Amino acid sequence: MTSPLQQKIKITGPSVVTANRTWDGVVIYRDAHKGWTTDLAQAAIVRTADDARALLAESTADDVGAIGPYIAPVAVNDNGTVEPGNLREQIRRKGVTIDLPASA
Amino acid sequence: MYAYDEIDRTLINERVSEFRDQVKRRLAGELTEDEFKMLRLMNGVYLQLHAYMFRVAIPYGTLSSPQLRKMAHVARRYDRGYGHFTTRQNIQFNWIKLADLPDALEDLASVGIHAMQTSGNCTRNVTTDQWAGVAPGEVEDPRIWAELLRQYSTMHPEFSFLPRKFKIAITASAHDRAAIKVHDIGLRIHKNEAGETGFEVLVGGGLGRTPFIGKVIKPFVHGRDILSYVEAILRVYNQYGRRDNIYKARIKILVHELGIEKFAAEVEDEWLATRDSALTLDNEVVEDIRSRFTYPHYQKLSDTPDELTAASADPHFARWLKNSVAPHQRTGYAIVTLSLKPVGGPPGDATAEQMDAVADLADKYSFGEIRVGHEQNLALPNVARRDLPALWRQLDKLGLATPNVNLVTDIIACPGLDYCSLANTRSIPIAQELTRRFANNDLAELIGRLHINISGCINACGHHHVGHIGILGVEKNGEEFFQITIGGRADEHAVVGTLIGPAVPFAEVADVIEDIVEAYLALRARPDELFVQTVERLGVEPFKERVYATR
Repeated sequence: MTSPLQQKIKITGPSVVTANRTWDGVVIYRDAHKGWTTDLAQAAIVRTADDARALLAESTADDVGAIGPYIAPVAVNDNGTVEPGNLREQIRRKGVTIDLPASA
Repeated sequence: MYAYDEIDRTLINERVSEFRDQVKRRLAGELTEDEFKMLRLMNGVYLQLHAYMFRVAIPYGTLSSPQLRKMAHVARRYDRGYGHFTTRQNIQFNWIKLADLPDALEDLASVGIHAMQTSGNCTRNVTTDQWAGVAPGEVEDPRIWAELLRQYSTMHPEFSFLPRKFKIAITASAHDRAAIKVHDIGLRIHKNEAGETGFEVLVGGGLGRTPFIGKVIKPFVHGRDILSYVEAILRVYNQYGRRDNIYKARIKILVHELGIEKFAAEVEDEWLATRDSALTLDNEVVEDIRSRFTYPHYQKLSDTPDELTAASADPHFARWLKNSVAPHQRTGYAIVTLSLKPVGGPPGDATAEQMDAVADLADKYSFGEIRVGHEQNLALPNVARRDLPALWRQLDKLGLATPNVNLVTDIIACPGLDYCSLANTRSIPIAQELTRRFANNDLAELIGRLHINISGCINACGHHHVGHIGILGVEKNGEEFFQITIGGRADEHAVVGTLIGPAVPFAEVADVIEDIVEAYLALRARPDELFVQTVERLGVEPFKERVYATR
C-alpha cells in the first residue's frame, strides 16, 4: 500500500478524513486533536493538499482504531455548519435513504 | 436436507475458534488491517459504508427450520432485526459489529451454518436450482453434486488464491432457474444417448464489467469424472488467468482471449493426465453423499383436495395460487414461492420475525425445509396441496404472499449505495418506486413474465445484464444516472441485454420503465408473447424511440 506521504492528493475544496471504526465499523472522522469523532461537526477540516496529506498520514498511522481512512469533500455553509460533499458521504453520515424493514 | 458429518462439524467449529482468536488479536492491535483483511474475508466479513457486512452461505439454497431460526436470532441479537437474501444463495447482515462476529459465527455453527468461501478469490458457495429435488422432470437432485463440489472445494489448498473469485452453479432441469450460463462454470445434468447421467459443462460465463454467456466446453462428462474435470478447468485458470489486472482476472476473460477451442484443449490435456486419480468418484462415494440427504416421507394425497377447490372461490387466494404455487414431483404436493418483494419493500429483505414465522410454517407444512432462490425469494418445497389455503392465510398476514413471482415487481436488486462501498448509485429506492408504479396486480398479470434487474454499479450484483429490463447505476458529475438495457435473460436461453440509449437521471427511471412496458403492451403480437420475445422479434429500436422521443 502506498504511504499517504507518497500519494498524489488533489482536493478541490474543504475536506475531511473519514474512516470506519475498527471494532464496530461505525463512520468516524479525524478530529483536530489526533483522535476520532462520529460527529462531522467536530472533524478537522483541511483546505490544501499538503494539509490533507498530513491529516491522512496521521490518520493512517492509527491502524488499531480505524480502517481505511480517506479524504472526503465537505461543504462548509455560511453559518459554519459542515455538510458531506457528495451523496456517498451523505449516506455514510445519515444512514440509508430508505426505511429499514419493519421490525428493524 | 443434508446432515453434516463429524468432519464438517469439526471444520466449522475449528474455524470459529480461529476467527475468534484473529478478531481478538486485531482488536488488540496485534494484527494490522492489512494482515487481518484476508482473514476476515475468508469468513465472509466485508466492510461496507456504515458497518461491517457479514455474508453467510446457504449451500445449494437449502435451509432447515432450525437454521433459519438461527439466522433470525443473529439478525435480532447482533444486527438490526433483518437479513438480506442475495443473488447467490447467501444471506447478508448489514450492521454487525466486528467484536460480535465470533459469537454470531459460533451460534450459526451450532446448526451447521458457516461463512467460509463467501468471499475471497476461491470457489464460492456452489449454487443450484432452488427447486432441486422436487421439480417435475428433473434428471436427478443436483444438490448431491453441489455437496460433492462443496466438500471438494472447501479450503482446497491449490485453489484458495485463484486469480479471482470462482462461481459454480448446477441445474438438473430443462428450465434453468440457477442462471448457470452466467457462472464461471455452469453444470447441466442430463442423460446421454446411452441413458447415463452426466454433465454438460459450460465455462467462462459471468456478468460484471465484461459480461459473457458461458460456452459449452464439453457436452458430456460422466459423474465419476466431474471433480477431475472441474479441477482441470481450475488448474488451467490458475495457471493462465491474469493476476496483473483485476478487471481481466476472471476466467471469462481467459476463455474469451484464448478462445474456447484452445482453452478446451488445455483443459483436455490437463484432464487426461489427471482424470484417473483420487478424484475419480466411485458409486460408493456418491451414494454415501446421497444417503446423507434426507427426503420427506410423502403421503398419497390428491392434487385436487376439497380444501383447495373451496378456497379457490376467493379471488385473492386464486391469484396467489396461480402465481406463486408450482407443480411438484409428487402428486398432492406443491412448491410454494414466498415473495420477498412486497410493494415498497427492499428486494430480498426479511425480518427476524418473518424468518422465525417461515421456519414455523416450514415445520407445519413443508417437512421443516426452506429454499432460497437467486431471485431473492424463499420457497417451501414440500407443501401438501390441501394445506395451501391455510398456508396462504398465514403468509398473507406476514406480508409474504404478494402474488408477483416472476412478474414486473419481482425485482432483483443489489444493496446499492445505501449499503455498498463499491456502488455508484442507489438500487433499492428505484426498485421500491417501480413496485409502487406496478402495484396493481391486474396490470402485472396483464404484462406477464418480466424480470427487472437493478445494479448500483458495474460489478452487476443485481444481474442487470440478464434482466429482461436491466438498470445499471452510473455516476455522472456526482449525480446518479441509470443505463437501461432490454432483452437480457438468465435462463437456458441466456443472453446479455442491449443498451437502449443514453443514461437517464434517478428521477426519470420509473417513468422510462413505464414507457418501455407501455410500448411492449402495444407492440406484442399476442397476449402471451413475453416481453423478451417481443424485444427479440422487434429489436430495441421501437422501445428506444418510445423512451427518447420526448426526452
